[in-house]
Amino acid sequence: MTPTRVLIDRSGLDALIATLAAQGYRVLGPTLGRDAIVLGDVAGTDDLPVGWTDEQEAGHYRLRRRDDAALFGYVLGPHSFKRFLYPPRQRLWSVSRGSGPDLEVRAEPHDDRPLAFLGVRPCEIAAMRIQERVLTGGEFPDPSYADRYGRAFVVAVQCTEPGGTCFCASMRTGPRAGTDCDLALTELLGPDRHDLLVEVRTPRGEQIVAGLPAREATDADVATANEALARAEASMGRSLDTEGIVELLERNIESPAWGKVADRCLACANCTSVCPTCFCTTVEDTTDLTGQHAERWRRWDSCFNRDFSFIAGSLIRHSTRSRYRQWMTHKLSAWHRQFGTSGCVGCGRCITWCPVGIDITHEVDSIRNHERSASTFHTVGGRYR
Amino acid sequence: MPPITTAPVAETRVRTAKPKLAVWKFASCDGCQLSLLDCEDELLTVVGAVDIAFFPEATSTVLPGPYDVSLVEGSITTPHDATRIQEIRAQSKVLVAIGACATAGGIQSLRNYADVKEFTSYVYASPQYISTLSSSTAIADHVPVDFELRGCPISKQQLLELLNAYLHGRAPTLPNHSVCVECKSRGIVCTMVSHATPCLGPVTHAGCGALCPAHARGCYGCFGPKEAANAMSLGSWFTDALKVPDLDVQRAFRSFNADAAVFAEESKRHGE
Ligand code: SF4
Ligand code: SF4
Ligand code: SF4
Repeated sequence: MTPTRVLIDRSGLDALIATLAAQGYRVLGPTLGRDAIVLGDVAGTDDLPVGWTDEQEAGHYRLRRRDDAALFGYVLGPHSFKRFLYPPRQRLWSVSRGSGPDLEVRAEPHDDRPLAFLGVRPCEIAAMRIQERVLTGGEFPDPSYADRYGRAFVVAVQCTEPGGTCFCASMRTGPRAGTDCDLALTELLGPDRHDLLVEVRTPRGEQIVAGLPAREATDADVATANEALARAEASMGRSLDTEGIVELLERNIESPAWGKVADRCLACANCTSVCPTCFCTTVEDTTDLTGQHAERWRRWDSCFNRDFSFIAGSLIRHSTRSRYRQWMTHKLSAWHRQFGTSGCVGCGRCITWCPVGIDITHEVDSIRNHERSASTFHTVGGRYR
Repeated sequence: MPPITTAPVAETRVRTAKPKLAVWKFASCDGCQLSLLDCEDELLTVVGAVDIAFFPEATSTVLPGPYDVSLVEGSITTPHDATRIQEIRAQSKVLVAIGACATAGGIQSLRNYADVKEFTSYVYASPQYISTLSSSTAIADHVPVDFELRGCPISKQQLLELLNAYLHGRAPTLPNHSVCVECKSRGIVCTMVSHATPCLGPVTHAGCGALCPAHARGCYGCFGPKEAANAMSLGSWFTDALKVPDLDVQRAFRSFNADAAVFAEESKRHGE
């Protein structure tokens, strides 16, 4: 029986990637793009951004060289695995006029190859679970998400160096990976060692690890990993005070804070695009010029786009204030009532990739502060569109 | 994969005659109307589906009005054009303004910030023969417009989608969200965030598919302001966070869509 914990080195990771590929998986993971670490196909560790890191702040991301050869010495880039599980554009079905009297309707087939995700951060694993709940937990489960996520092999990398906009510790989604992965890796990098501690979380993971060139992990190795994770937990770039947040936002739907953030917000939808849990889409119908063939496509939409609020013949969210409010109150408050969890996993992407650096953690603080300072006055909530 | 369901063919929408299409030009470079000729693969199908009644760039045929669809390129810059657009409107069931000139005055609306008399005195030997307006304005400033196709030039895919939707009696899929939505959909890395290159994408109407960010350039705003464009916030970020000089911010907002109200207003905040 394979131990539930082993040590591998870089060649062991190469063997892991090769094994997954040999089993028919399309292996996706972090790769070095021109200006950021982006997700792409990974054939071996040479495809990883070895020796690179990222510097992240609100509205700010820079690639930086490290002075070591860390395999996972960076955090999240602009892409989340949502791109693959729940693609930006996806054909749902198509229909053609045949030669006979009938229309031919074709459902979109599932992908041939299952996906394997390498280097998945714990917050992102939590996000996949949240999307699974949202997309497949109701009366009409999304078959393509269920198929892709159900078959995906997930190799987590636990975080020992959180980024400048990370706050998974506040959202209790990291820096340790839970059980929703097949394998959880922790990179152990020191002056005289470079290993990956592999923790097996599923039988499928165990089967893969059995074939890898691995050493036994000692209690000392596990202790080293735990210390690094504890340090990470204490050094998050951001924090979010979630105390009573569901009610806080429900009480403050007329807070002046919404107007202030709306002065800065561009309603550009970058935040919802990079968020690993945002799931809103629209459908678009296309026809060819001859009218012989039509297709229905689903694409990402956003509560920041005006037309997304077109309901029953009219638009309900004209102002940017109402759109930002919709986004944040859904993420942090209404999501709990609707799906039983927060809609935010603390990945910090919306902070880094907001072109004008709007920070969800600061906006929550701002609402708290407004409430505190207003508590001595009687305020009348104004109506707005 | 085999067909999974079949359904009886619905009653098809029957047209008695092919719609008459006219293409009109005002102050412009012709680039937008040429997008129609640029639809090489689809051109024959389009030509088969409509009667081209007036399109001097493509054919010498001239059919009399009224027209079912008029595509209008260019901005209004002369008294003669101001009259002509009224006549075209009266002859057209559906009037579509195409391109930045027709929808926001075009690059030539830079004249709106300057003295046109002075320009004509430099350019023409006998400026007294020049009859021109002091401003360049969009078609919608003169007549009601049924639809606007943005861009400098317009996207041929968008033009085809519009004609396609018209021919099939459905709404066109031409979203009015930001360029950022297209950028993120393609997985392009943001120029502003990753290398501090100013980008007008967050305030610009989608349609180009994030062409410039795909080449690590900031968006130039060819498609004009998106709905609810917050140019003031973006302009302030350019100057305060990205340290862009005011004159450069002014120029960024004053280009192909210089007479679009939101861009015009923000350009003035960065100097007259
Ligand atoms: S709301 Fe922001 S921090 Fe939270 S999960 Fe989404 S992108 Fe990450
Ligand atoms: S919060 Fe930032 S990223 Fe989100 S819509 Fe507003 S400006 Fe865009
Ligand atoms: S590069 Fe420009 S268009 Fe793309 S996300 Fe950034 S600001 Fe928006």
